[in-house]
Amino acid sequence: MATNVSAQARAQSSSFPTMVLISGWLIPGAGHLMQRKWIRGGLIMASILAMFTIGLALKGKVYTPNTGDLLDILNFAGDLGNGLLYVLARLFDLGQVTVQVATADYGTKFMVVAGLLNIISAVDAHSLATGRKRS
Amino acid sequence: MTISHFGAVLLFSLFTSIVFGITQRSEPRMMIRFGAFCFVLFVGGTIAASWVMWLIKH
Repeated sequence: MATNVSAQARAQSSSFPTMVLISGWLIPGAGHLMQRKWIRGGLIMASILAMFTIGLALKGKVYTPNTGDLLDILNFAGDLGNGLLYVLARLFDLGQVTVQVATADYGTKFMVVAGLLNIISAVDAHSLATGRKRS
Repeated sequence: MTISHFGAVLLFSLFTSIVFGITQRSEPRMMIRFGAFCFVLFVGGTIAASWVMWLIKH
């Protein structure tokens, strides 16, 4: 009951859901952690971090902004979903090698999917913050 | 890092199923059930597709 009341109070504060959405995008799992969903936030953070790290370790490609092939643009959009992880990878010049083996292509897909999952998680955290999702 | 194709499938399925379970269901019990369902579907679907490709080739 008390949890519901505090969730409603937070939902009424107009900036909180937006903050949750942006934090959840920038740092995987942060949106859930901000709402004291420790286990969910931790699992999401661990899953997305692991997928992104494995993708890099497999020598996957990190996409840069481009106006070329439609699939390249979509892959870039997926990568962008990783938030700060993407920024860090670009800053440290990671994932810039040419894909030469099948497992490297898997790495590329791991990172793109990690970004897409992170977007789903951030939207889920936003739904929790607005009260649209019950718990 | 090197990884087998099946290892990649297992890792991908595991992490994706965790996030799907958490985000697509409201109750913790249903989250675990849906996550397990997704995992089985991912791995099972991949194995089935592999056999289909093998049959097409032979």
